[in-house]
Amino acid sequence: MKMHKPIRKRVRTWIAILIVLAIYIWAFAGAPIMEIKETAINSMKGMFTGLIHPDWGYVYDPDGEDLLRSLLETLAIAILGTFISAILCIPFALLAALNVSKSRSTAATFKVVLSAIRVFPELILALIFIKAVGLGPFAGILALGIHSIGMLGKLIAESIENLDLSASEAITASGANKMQTLWFAVVPEVLPAFMSYTLYRFEISVRAAAILGIVGAGGIGAPLIFALNGHTWDRVGIILIGIVVMVTTIDLISSSIRRRIV
Amino acid sequence: MIEFKNVSKVYPNGTVGLKNINIEIAEGDFVVIVGLSGAGKSTFLRSINRLHEITEGDISIDGCSITEARGKPLLEIRRRIGMIFQNFNLVKRSTVLRNVLSGRVGYHSTIRTILGLFPKEDVALAFNALEKVNIKEKAYSRADELSGGQQQRVSIARAIAQEAKIILADEPVASLDPYTTTQVMDHLKQVNEELGITTIVNLHFVDLARQYATRIIGIRAGEIVFDGPVAEATDDVFSEIYGRQIKRDELLGEPV
Amino acid sequence: MIEARKRRRMARAKRMVTIVFMIGLIWFSILQTGVSIQTLLAGLPNMKTLVKEMFPPDWSYFISITEPMLATVRMAVLGTTFGALFAFPVALFASSNVAKFPLIYQISRFIMNLIRTIPELLLAALFVPIFGIGEVSGILAITVFSFGIIAKLLYEAIEAIDPGPLEAMTAVGANKMQWIFYGILPQVSAHFMSYALYSFEINVRAAAVLGYVGAGGIGLILNNALSFYQYDRVLTIVLYTFFVVLLIDLASNYVRRKLI
Repeated sequence: MKMHKPIRKRVRTWIAILIVLAIYIWAFAGAPIMEIKETAINSMKGMFTGLIHPDWGYVYDPDGEDLLRSLLETLAIAILGTFISAILCIPFALLAALNVSKSRSTAATFKVVLSAIRVFPELILALIFIKAVGLGPFAGILALGIHSIGMLGKLIAESIENLDLSASEAITASGANKMQTLWFAVVPEVLPAFMSYTLYRFEISVRAAAILGIVGAGGIGAPLIFALNGHTWDRVGIILIGIVVMVTTIDLISSSIRRRIV
Repeated sequence: MIEFKNVSKVYPNGTVGLKNINIEIAEGDFVVIVGLSGAGKSTFLRSINRLHEITEGDISIDGCSITEARGKPLLEIRRRIGMIFQNFNLVKRSTVLRNVLSGRVGYHSTIRTILGLFPKEDVALAFNALEKVNIKEKAYSRADELSGGQQQRVSIARAIAQEAKIILADEPVASLDPYTTTQVMDHLKQVNEELGITTIVNLHFVDLARQYATRIIGIRAGEIVFDGPVAEATDDVFSEIYGRQIKRDELLGEPV
Repeated sequence: MIEARKRRRMARAKRMVTIVFMIGLIWFSILQTGVSIQTLLAGLPNMKTLVKEMFPPDWSYFISITEPMLATVRMAVLGTTFGALFAFPVALFASSNVAKFPLIYQISRFIMNLIRTIPELLLAALFVPIFGIGEVSGILAITVFSFGIIAKLLYEAIEAIDPGPLEAMTAVGANKMQWIFYGILPQVSAHFMSYALYSFEINVRAAAVLGYVGAGGIGLILNNALSFYQYDRVLTIVLYTFFVVLLIDLASNYVRRKLI
């Protein structure tokens, strides 16, 4: 007597396959055709040459704008942005955590708020802040800071929710109020995760800061776009190399610190 | 028929795993290997299907040297050898049927097996194997939904579906309770007697060894210190193999 | 006793040094970027004007941008898919339990890490001069970016799997391909899809702005609206993006939960 797969499971699998198939048919149907233009080959060749023979002179120029200055500015934007978001995200995270927040609906609301902040494109936030404080790194810092609250807030809310709060019960039982309970029971438990996630966010912020310059919010983004538009491939090359080196170094330092924390 | 000729294994750091093993195991034998943990039982067993490499000597199966086999011939030898592991080693997220069928991959081309296109005969083999160990009704359950004893029976079914001539069982019952242990050992014995499959089992339960084996091999510090029928394996012999008196936790106790 | 006291003192010293270091970093950053609360306070009224210009959103505009919005999602779907497809073999090469020679997995990991240092918008900016303005550059940028994310997560998952079933597959005489498909794949397939969906969530957000550098999708339209100071349209676009991303996030989280 042979047996067949249970009907319900088969039906569910088939429905899933059909949905996925439908999505892909739609996607491929409207897909653009890839055409490589004449100029494309030149650009590609240019970029490769630029990477192999980068504009070393751009690295350090004591008088004018140079790579190091822009990279350091990018770094500074990331540092301050992450710092601001680390501080500001705390109330959000606490309110969004199911086990710390006043009620389920408050927690749910703040989770949506955090999602909303995360979805709001950093670029637009940067443009808004440029209106307020003008072009330059300050706008970038504010944009990065506010935007990062979304991601950090969510991650920290999740770690708070994963905590074993039996320690806090003991402290509340001994007569502590909400604030004291938070400080003595929740904070020490969540501190390692908090630092680890902040460093993780910092790694991402460095990359984000590199981009914000494209809209004029400071950092290496603007010089890169100028170089690209002007087809000065050797400068594009050195900037790319600079970004890769900076990000890799930060990542290495950050991950070694994060390993120590855990 | 399995033949070990002057087989030794020395690890890179100098530890001796196996020392000058010379032994023949005939077709249809039900051999139980006993010895202390770390004595070399597992190394011995795993060198038969070359999961462990040896450093000296030759192991041949039915006249073909597995030590010298490379590439396709090696895979062809392995597909006729079934292996039962202490931790079952089933793919937890796959169904029981798929786990049993995975024993057949050595018989078909890569493309067929990757696409999961096993011929009807293979599926029939799989179901028959499952029936032999009384677990056919679980064919479409996920492996991690089964108990330990059931998973081990699925392993045995996989070996049967492989049309294996030899079954190697490395501590197959160490993770099971006494009742399930008897069940699984009974299945192994049954498969050995009905299908004539040469069965080699590593056990550390002394009374279990006596109960099921026809032949007992004792290994100590990588050497064979005893090889003979069960009747000759007295308590003194076991003390010799273990180098001391048998301890209480090496006795399974009365089966339920 | 003395050991414990020494250790505590060292721990405290370490903490002090870290705090001083961090304050130093922040101070340096403030100097470097010219941050000041006054500027912020002075600029707030400008921001208020801007935000006021954004409200209310241009409701009629929603319909006209549905097409580009769909194009943006399409970019993310295709880019994530191709990225995932490339990620799978490379993740295998980067796993030390699959690729036996250290050179193979070291080189794979190096390439992976290299790709992961470049943010999506930058990739798009690099692809536009080559592949022109339009969706192609966007899809390629997303492909490369997803490849980086998925490959890293995947190889970490592969290295963490239970070696037991792998041993079993070697024992039954499987060749390397069969070993991968029957031993490794079933154990990581759920992870793989979960990572692909996670990457998709990120990519939809990114796809929305890639157009800013000309890589297709709704970002191009956003750029236009901004240059023409049509801030109510900007808000429309932002809201629309928000809802699409929220929907996709919800669906994606639902599926990801089912996978585990």
